[in-house]
Amino acid sequence: MEYFVQQSINGLTLGAIYGLIAIGYTMVYGIIGMINFAHGEVFMIGAFIGVIMFTVLGLAGFGPVSVAIILVLLVSMVFTAAYGWTIERIAYRPLRGSFRLAPLISAIGMSIFLQNAVQLLQGARVKPLPAVVVGSIELMHADGFSVSISYIQILIISVTVALMVGLTLLVQRTSLGRAQRACEQDLTMAALVGVNVDRTISFTFVLGAALAAVAGVMVAMYYGVVDFFMGFVAGIKAFTAAVLGGIGSLPGAMLGGLIIGLVEAYWSAYFSIAYKDVAAFSILVLVLIFRPTGLLGRPDVEKV
Amino acid sequence: MPAAASVRSALESAFRSAALGGIAALVLAVPLVGLETLDTPQGLGIAMRWDWVAKAVAIIVLGRLIIALWPAIPGTHLRIWVGVGLVTFIAIAADWWNGRPFRVDRLVAGLAVGLVLQAIVALRARFQSRNGREAVRSPAAIRLDRWLAVALIVCAALLPLTPLADRYIIDLGTTILIYVMLGWGLNVVVGLAGLLDLGYVAFYAVGAYSFALLARDFGLTFWECLPLAGFFAAMFGVLLGFPVLRLRGDYLAIVTLGFGEMIRIVLINFQAYTGGPNGVRSIPRPTFFGHPFTDFPEDGQVPFHQLFGIEYATFHRIAFLYYVILGLAALTFLFTERIRRLPVGRAWEALREDEVAARALGINPTNTKLTAFAIGAMFGGFAGAFFATRQGFISPESFTFIESAMVLAIVVLGGMGSQVGVAIAAVVLVVLPELGRGSVAALPGMFPEPAATVVRVALGLLPDFGIDLDLGRIRMLLFGGAMIAIMIWKPRGLLSRRDPSVALKVPVRAASGAGGQ
Amino acid sequence: MSAPLLSVEHLTMRFGGLTAIDDLSLTADRGKITAIIGPNGAGKTTVFNCLTGFYKPSVGRLALNHEGGEFLLERMDDFRITQQARVARTFQNIRLFPGMTVVENLVVAQHNKLMRASGFTALGLIGWPSHRRAERAAIELAHGWLERIGLVDRANDEAGSLPYGDQRRLEIARAMCTDPVLLCLDEPAAGLNPRESAELNTLLRDMAAREGIGILLIEHDMSVVMGVSDRVIVLDYGRKISDGTPLEVRSDPAVIRAYLGEDYAAGAGA
Repeated sequence: MEYFVQQSINGLTLGAIYGLIAIGYTMVYGIIGMINFAHGEVFMIGAFIGVIMFTVLGLAGFGPVSVAIILVLLVSMVFTAAYGWTIERIAYRPLRGSFRLAPLISAIGMSIFLQNAVQLLQGARVKPLPAVVVGSIELMHADGFSVSISYIQILIISVTVALMVGLTLLVQRTSLGRAQRACEQDLTMAALVGVNVDRTISFTFVLGAALAAVAGVMVAMYYGVVDFFMGFVAGIKAFTAAVLGGIGSLPGAMLGGLIIGLVEAYWSAYFSIAYKDVAAFSILVLVLIFRPTGLLGRPDVEKV
Repeated sequence: MPAAASVRSALESAFRSAALGGIAALVLAVPLVGLETLDTPQGLGIAMRWDWVAKAVAIIVLGRLIIALWPAIPGTHLRIWVGVGLVTFIAIAADWWNGRPFRVDRLVAGLAVGLVLQAIVALRARFQSRNGREAVRSPAAIRLDRWLAVALIVCAALLPLTPLADRYIIDLGTTILIYVMLGWGLNVVVGLAGLLDLGYVAFYAVGAYSFALLARDFGLTFWECLPLAGFFAAMFGVLLGFPVLRLRGDYLAIVTLGFGEMIRIVLINFQAYTGGPNGVRSIPRPTFFGHPFTDFPEDGQVPFHQLFGIEYATFHRIAFLYYVILGLAALTFLFTERIRRLPVGRAWEALREDEVAARALGINPTNTKLTAFAIGAMFGGFAGAFFATRQGFISPESFTFIESAMVLAIVVLGGMGSQVGVAIAAVVLVVLPELGRGSVAALPGMFPEPAATVVRVALGLLPDFGIDLDLGRIRMLLFGGAMIAIMIWKPRGLLSRRDPSVALKVPVRAASGAGGQ
Repeated sequence: MSAPLLSVEHLTMRFGGLTAIDDLSLTADRGKITAIIGPNGAGKTTVFNCLTGFYKPSVGRLALNHEGGEFLLERMDDFRITQQARVARTFQNIRLFPGMTVVENLVVAQHNKLMRASGFTALGLIGWPSHRRAERAAIELAHGWLERIGLVDRANDEAGSLPYGDQRRLEIARAMCTDPVLLCLDEPAAGLNPRESAELNTLLRDMAAREGIGILLIEHDMSVVMGVSDRVIVLDYGRKISDGTPLEVRSDPAVIRAYLGEDYAAGAGA
């Protein structure tokens, strides 16, 4: 029982991170109907920028940890958002209205490019990050097994909740969010009624990249290592989360992320840690077979 | 026409786009280019590379300026000279920036390359004006292509017999042919059927491991395993494709991407059978129909050299492997050329062009796509079996995403659907890093003399930014970038031309007839 | 008396809360042209989408009868409807295979026939004579249709390079190459000039008479509708409001009301 609770806490932490990345996939898919294969790489870049910033602050002897974390999160969000914006401008915008495979191939090209660029610029080796947040709270203790939640897990879950609340307000209350929802319904109609479609799409990429950056920084703090290839598997899992929740749906992405995180934690705990990456993939295939619209998604009606 | 005003507005927008590009490049470069993480004994350190940032920004600004101004330059000839002039200028400026002396040969190279380009353009213009533009190539042109293909195959077949052939060349040729075959196989899926398979390496792995394990556990030979390897790979293709091919095309892309990675994880962890990360060793080498290539045959075996009464040489085995893959590649070529002209091939293309319309014509979308997917997988399996017997050793490390990306790059750059384009792209992408194993400076040394001078002169144009351009290390970076660029500028690939699968023989009625649009 | 070629009974199609077609019944016969007209959004194209299997109707029975037996279209996959029930269609916004040549477009349409002749690819790969014969016959059929629509000259050009009117005719010929008994044409005259539209009238009459197929026609161009139709069905908000010969429908007050509003209907009635 205690073991189960502990795994649930770990799973929720992981799930929060997958959910944050999944939002980027789901928003882009909702608005331009394509899988942004480079999104996993955006997450990886966010993590790298986070590690670089922590290292710079550490070498400069910057004092309070809480301020440092906020600073690093903000800096990583800004720079990673710039990457998101540029990726859309270079690789996707010129291809709107091109043949069906063109944006997908361009996206995978961008993914390969970014992975290798980071490998060449920062080296192929795993980059370590010393623990920034240490310590934990013991929640339960029974039969010689203690259940605890670490401060970093609390940080990850609370930051995610805060971001979700912020995102919901942004999408529902602001004019940019309204424009975004309009574009999701119908790009052409939105343009006709005066929504600046280009800017809305750019905004979507920026927003998705900023959230992925937060996920990246938090993963770097949680696991203490980053490498140039980390975006690949994380990207597939987050995409699975988006599909599971119903692609195009924001709450769905978060829900999907949590489920994937929990399944992965239980799978590793009770079944096989070596095959933990296979768990998410099996879910992806199962969802596509039995419920391609996901848990909270709407079926899309084909227009003929 | 108000020329001055239009020039000014073109300039204005070009500079605006260049400035925007510069700002973006600066923001992107500051954290990842400007700051480098270093492994030090005390943990992570940081090195600063602000000069790299400055160079990156300069390249982006200039590049965007050129791209923006390009359409405004009137006339092809002027464009050639502006382009060549710019490259020359950048090369000289880079020398100056890095404090190296001025080199006259850069000017010479610029002049020479410019003249050659101009000659090519002039020749092409003459050729085209005689030929006219046709939507469909004339039968003569198609026949010429056929002969070209035959000539190429004959050359490839004769290669091991020429004095040029040494171990290195034939090995390289074998590697190229593996990728040519993989490219043609994937081309069925991506180029003809329009399905994006991002995990093609998985089928390559299935083929390789089927052969390795069947040979190890059941003692089957290469020739017995080859069809089985293709069959197993095709079965995997069907199992994977069946649930996904009913859905939108993008899902197939992500599922294959995931599958490519999952099969690697399974291979690593399923130690009892696959040997895990250590792989499978001592996979049997192919024999010449039962006659091994060895100096020390087992009892009762007649080795290849005794069969033909020649002296033993390791080269025989290498040449034989080369012929095997040449044969397999040729089979792939003939098969795909043929099937493209069959109803199923036309249905693939129809589904690629417009799935809704194809369904309305009574084409079963799932089954038709599934055949393309399975056939592509089958050729991947064949190539995998060959790979295993060639290496004699396989491990999961040979089947990473990089391999899938490389084969996809070959298909995309070669022009989706074009067989010749894919072959040329495979040659370029395999040879390119091979050339760069040393560095670019060693390039002229790779060629015999008259060609070496040409290469040396042309290299005078290559700017030296003081960064070692190791083509082997940056090749995936180049491939990724090239895939984006191709999609934007030439989505049908650099060399793609589609020959129709059937033609109606029509008596040409008027000279001005069908060609014009 | 034999059963009609197509009989639609109580067809209803709902999207969420919206009822696009409401309890529609109609029939179509061989050798006859039946036009479906109605204001924009009346549900005309949705009827076609239900008939050809792109949508699964919420309620209704769609029965098609030919020598091969009776087919219940609402239970069949879209491609099987073309393959077995022999219903073909064209699209409101032309859907050719633009990168393939004109003649290839017509040969693709004979897919199922050619698949069988090529032994589902196996015989075709080894160049079996039955496949070669079938392919020659397919090209001949395509040739015949190209002559009828006047596009022999462009046979080997990319379909996407044809002018608009030619693309419309090619799409009709392509649908005919599937050997249908019922052809559904979605606004075939849209975007045609008067001369082309007159040619289209001749072609449709000719097809109904010579091939003996039934044609269902959605059209806004009244010169086409009144010129070729044997029967006209008028839809409004997903319901059938009138059904009869062109002459009867033209003077039906319900139709005038739907098209021109209440006042006109009252005025016309007076």
